[in-house]
Amino acid sequence: MRVVVLPRIGTSEAWRAEARALAGEGARPEDVSWSRGEASPGLLDGISAPSGTPRKLTVPRAFPSFADTVICHSDPERFALLYALLLRLQDRPGLMADRADPQVGRLRKLEKAVHRDMHKMKAFVRFREVGAPDPETGRRSFVSWFEPDHYIAEAMAGFFTRRFASMSWIIATPDMGIAWDGTRSELIPDPPRPPEGEDAAEDLWRTYYANIFNPARLMVKAMQSEMPKKYWRNLPEARLIPDLIASAPARVEAMRAAEASEPTPTAAAVARRRETDMDLFLPRTIPGLAKEAAGCTRCPLHGPATQTVFGEGPEDAPLMFVGEQPGDNEDLEGRPFVGPAGQLFDACARKAGIDREAAYVTNAVKHFKFTPRGKSRIHQRPSAGEVSACRWWLESEAEVVRPALFVALGATALHALTGDGKGILKRRGSFERGRFGAPVFVTVHPSYLLRLPDASKRAEEEARFVEDLAAVQEELGRLVA
Amino acid sequence: MTKKSLMDRLAILSDAAKYDASCASSGTSKRDSRDGKGLGSTEGSGICHAYAPDGRCISLLKILMTNFCIYDCSYCVNRVSSNVERARFSVEEVVWLTTEFYRRNYIEGLFLSSGIIRSPDQTMSDMVRIAKVLRQDHQFRGYIHLKTIPDAAPELIEEAGLYADRLSINVELPTDGGVKRFAPEKRPSQIRGAMGQVRATSEGYREKSWKGRKKGRFAPAGQSTQMIVGADGANDATILDTSSTLYGDYRLRRVYYSAFSPIPDSTAALPLIRPPLQREHRLYQADWLMRFYGFDAKELAANETGMLDLAVDPKLDWALRHRGDFPVEVNRAGRDMLLRVPGFGTKTVDRVLRLRRDRTIRYDDLIRLGASLKKAAPFISLPDWTPRALIDSAGLRARFAPPAEQLSLF
Repeated sequence: MRVVVLPRIGTSEAWRAEARALAGEGARPEDVSWSRGEASPGLLDGISAPSGTPRKLTVPRAFPSFADTVICHSDPERFALLYALLLRLQDRPGLMADRADPQVGRLRKLEKAVHRDMHKMKAFVRFREVGAPDPETGRRSFVSWFEPDHYIAEAMAGFFTRRFASMSWIIATPDMGIAWDGTRSELIPDPPRPPEGEDAAEDLWRTYYANIFNPARLMVKAMQSEMPKKYWRNLPEARLIPDLIASAPARVEAMRAAEASEPTPTAAAVARRRETDMDLFLPRTIPGLAKEAAGCTRCPLHGPATQTVFGEGPEDAPLMFVGEQPGDNEDLEGRPFVGPAGQLFDACARKAGIDREAAYVTNAVKHFKFTPRGKSRIHQRPSAGEVSACRWWLESEAEVVRPALFVALGATALHALTGDGKGILKRRGSFERGRFGAPVFVTVHPSYLLRLPDASKRAEEEARFVEDLAAVQEELGRLVA
Repeated sequence: MTKKSLMDRLAILSDAAKYDASCASSGTSKRDSRDGKGLGSTEGSGICHAYAPDGRCISLLKILMTNFCIYDCSYCVNRVSSNVERARFSVEEVVWLTTEFYRRNYIEGLFLSSGIIRSPDQTMSDMVRIAKVLRQDHQFRGYIHLKTIPDAAPELIEEAGLYADRLSINVELPTDGGVKRFAPEKRPSQIRGAMGQVRATSEGYREKSWKGRKKGRFAPAGQSTQMIVGADGANDATILDTSSTLYGDYRLRRVYYSAFSPIPDSTAALPLIRPPLQREHRLYQADWLMRFYGFDAKELAANETGMLDLAVDPKLDWALRHRGDFPVEVNRAGRDMLLRVPGFGTKTVDRVLRLRRDRTIRYDDLIRLGASLKKAAPFISLPDWTPRALIDSAGLRARFAPPAEQLSLF
């Protein structure tokens, strides 16, 4: 029997070195007795010769950090179990992933227990300030006493150092303490327990704890499964728990018995002021209409959409472009023609000599219609009902702007402007009589160009679209003159 | 009137904040203060520093800057017409409480919300100042969650995202009608507009310049929202539908559901009820199914009432209503179908997929892979297990539902 005694500090490095050496000598798991700190009595028998076959170890990438964690566990068999697994891994490198293997399963359980213990240490360590700050550096000092289930102090030093590097502190646990002085950390075996004391902040913390609790939702079991009683003695807030639980039902009953209260006089005053701030009778202007339309619920599209996207442009614009509906970008930004199709439209208009800033641009439907698919939104064509519900706004825009010429971009716009959107490709390029007085020029929607898969066809169509817009510009010149 | 002590105001302003469910401190960028100049760290996973007897975790210092408010939302304890005691923190006080609590390892950071005083812009800019002082003057590197005021100026919301890890705007109620009725001053379109702006700004920041540089860090833990359950008449199907739209529209990290809970000083508009905690729990389960298990909102709560079954969880309920799709062959089925097996979590499914590349999985293996066989057994088949008639038995639902309670005769 080989007896290996691992040191209390640096246990896992020592275990790794020993395991490598033992495997090199061909020691079998049952030949080795492991312990931490001091050897278990009665096992210091004669050292027998190794009986297995010597081998050089290859270790899967996931093993070292797994072993480091398991070694923190207080189960005395952990070293032997890990060594046995290490030897088995030589023949079955994929074994680590097989949680259904009983030995791996047992070690994974230990790993999980250590992780939980570490997580609870991060959560439940409570610092108490001691003494005055260092007169030179201003550094403040804190102490803490924590009782973990496993030997995790050494592994946890890094976390607390990363978080509280600007303070000096000692976290004492029954087995090991961690001390940080601002430049280096030190491990102290069997540290003294810090003396009891009070910290002014603890009263404030207890005040917070008592008041953030909602007595109407009492769920003691849920609390205890995450914050078991064994931690309570070192938590300053825990002493409030019994009282909070006991008084909860009476507090809820009191709320119910109190019934509804009279509104305060301030409420009426504030409400009056709000009333006068509201502009109910807006003159018919584009900003006024836009404000009204922001609360539009004439069709169901307002539900899922972010906001109403109203038209944009000067109120005396001679030219009014009407598209279909806002898209994903327009819906988020609240402005028409800002997405990919809008950018293409801008480029084409520039080529045709049209100043977009001088024109009024809007959509037949003012809300984005889509179906959610996962985390994206797929555009959907508005129905005839939605177009007619929204015509009210288009009509109001037309009344305010009174353009000399409308341009219908696509079938939906054509439908809104003339009452009939069928056969757009045949009607393209013509001037038609519209509902709102001025003539309507028919062309396609720029998104049609974006959907063409073939690059040469797209270039061709884009040129045609520019031609259409040039014809609009020419006609406009004639109309305005 | 004498000024109340800091402790009294902390009591008032934390009491006023407890109806916000979110307390997450996870999923932000990694930071630490090893340089010795700052305070705090964030390392991915959140930490719950304490649990209150309501079973909720306390991870952040969750407080209101002030509970004075000009709005009159019926469900809210801080509405203008309520007789609750009012208080206000100064910027320095919030900063002091946050850093002193943090130093003692009580909290992960700050969750700051506020009533609306004077104007939305004024309120928002005060809140942004608190975050800015924490980050710049105190080099605070812990977590900051700022509740955003929907009608505040876009520049203020953008600035808030530069200092905060998470921004949130509450949709308050699942339907626009509910908002109109119970929160008359709030406008659903404006709330959505603000969420849209947060998403657009965040995506703008993520885009790299032509030199490959990022513009900056904007709310790395994303945005979330909360809605109150059980105050208006909306059923679960409507709520889940609203959530799935919200997740899609604004890339929300989380939608929180808050069971309407009795408040001191209630209004006649909303009678006090016992908070529907079980319903809230089922909604969270359904929410998870939509986000991680490939369920569609339409598949859940798909019955005449549009309500989730309170007796069995929504996944089990779906399986019981679609028995024709089961049993699932664990060694052959695709990921999407394995995810629909009751008692199989995402981790179990990943482990099953990994292990069956090496060997055939047997019934006993499943326990060690993390499955809950009590639930899964009737819905799976393996070389050494088949549920036979169990799957079709009429009593299957009753096996899972809690036993009916004998009504008292007196």
